[in-house]
Amino acid sequence: MPRTQKVTIKGTKDGLSLFLSDTSSFHEVLEELDAKLAIAEKFKDETHLLNVRIHTGNRLLTDQQIEEIEHVVSKERNLQISSIEADVISKDEADRLVKETQVHVVNKIIRSGQVFRVQGDLLLIGDVNPGGKVIASGNIFIMGVLKGVAHAGYPENREAVIVGAQMRPGQLRIADQISRAPDDEEPVQNETECAYINQENEIIIDRLQVLRRIRPELNRFIEGGE
Amino acid sequence: MGEAIVITSGKGGVGKTTTTANLGTALAMQGKKVCLVDTDIGLRNLDVILGLENRIIYDLVDVAEGRCKIQQALVRDKRFDDLLWLLPAAQSSDKTAVNGEQMKTIVNELKKDFDYILIDCPAGIEQGFQNAIAGADQSIVVTTPEHSAVRDADRIIGLLEKEPMDPPRLIINRIRTNMVKDGNMLDVNDVTNILAIELLGIVADDDEVLKASYHGEPVVLNPNTSAGIAYRNIARRILGESVPLQQLDNEPNGFFSRIKKFFGARV
Repeated sequence: MPRTQKVTIKGTKDGLSLFLSDTSSFHEVLEELDAKLAIAEKFKDETHLLNVRIHTGNRLLTDQQIEEIEHVVSKERNLQISSIEADVISKDEADRLVKETQVHVVNKIIRSGQVFRVQGDLLLIGDVNPGGKVIASGNIFIMGVLKGVAHAGYPENREAVIVGAQMRPGQLRIADQISRAPDDEEPVQNETECAYINQENEIIIDRLQVLRRIRPELNRFIEGGE
Repeated sequence: MGEAIVITSGKGGVGKTTTTANLGTALAMQGKKVCLVDTDIGLRNLDVILGLENRIIYDLVDVAEGRCKIQQALVRDKRFDDLLWLLPAAQSSDKTAVNGEQMKTIVNELKKDFDYILIDCPAGIEQGFQNAIAGADQSIVVTTPEHSAVRDADRIIGLLEKEPMDPPRLIINRIRTNMVKDGNMLDVNDVTNILAIELLGIVADDDEVLKASYHGEPVVLNPNTSAGIAYRNIARRILGESVPLQQLDNEPNGFFSRIKKFFGARV
């Protein structure tokens, strides 16, 4: 038996942590995992389920490999996998993350009948005209006048916000929440405002200044400097 | 080579055909050789406004299908020697009788002989619209100061901006100064704020326009009417002259006051 361990088991107060070597073949790792769990008698005495966290280092498991590990861990034992973590992510996943955290700067007018969609945040330098629509999976910031429809946090990010230099929307949508303008005309605000979902699950329009308090996570500059 | 300009609006009844007839006439009065093309197949009436209905022998569909040469289908407006011509639409077919490729061929053919080709577009955004814009180099969007017309103009501008032609320009038609003053009608400012494209001209609502079309002659021929002057000015702007916008009676300051203020601050 080689001296380097392919599987390291550590007990924690939440359960077990299994460290699977990323330099051995998956087959070897699986074999050793099975063997090691088999001799670890004391787990069998436990009456309640033990949570198992699996760390795979620089190895990204396929769905099938995950299934095989699940099979080995859970067979005849009162163990249950709570998470599988790797130090690496797939390219698809990375692309998705980049897209979703990107701010798309768009310099155009969204006119009647046009629908503009982005993955991530939208910074629109222009108006959304009546009958026009912007949709973002993240936040929406509009430097012009919002007269059409804005849908932030599509489809289910309820933390997303809509900021407009002039908010005169026909409808606002955040995640699955929809609100429409009141029928009686309100005095036009010439101030920048923001819309978000409050604790009562309603979309409300508020002064821009409250955003700092209710969505501190909007900050996305790199710490450092002054 | 001439320039082909499509005149469009989205909504019907805002004055596309009247605008086409008057701008064509005004350009001819400036000595340009102009051909008006009616693409409203099935509902033609550019010929009626010009008073040329009785002279039609062949039409656009005949040309597209090769039943005649373009020159045979063109109808001359005798008031302007050899300067103003009409290619009439067919009355007995529908919009699908012609396709974009055929239109492009026809317009390119006309561009060899004329300085300006004004294409009168049908209402809507379907095949008729696609045909009308197919051969155009420029576009003019006509709207009236009503929410519905402005909304449709906005839609049309969105579609035109996707086409490989110059950015569309705007004519606001049928402004009633007394209603604007009372706050019962959108003013020029409101419309340009929404549409945000270059304003080519404004035409006041003028009974003379109706009177003129009743007599089968474009109002632009009468220099004593507000609409007549407006169309002449627009024609000169199309020719590249810079003509100040007509000051409508009751409009204080016009809509460039804000820009002026900024310029002023710089000095």
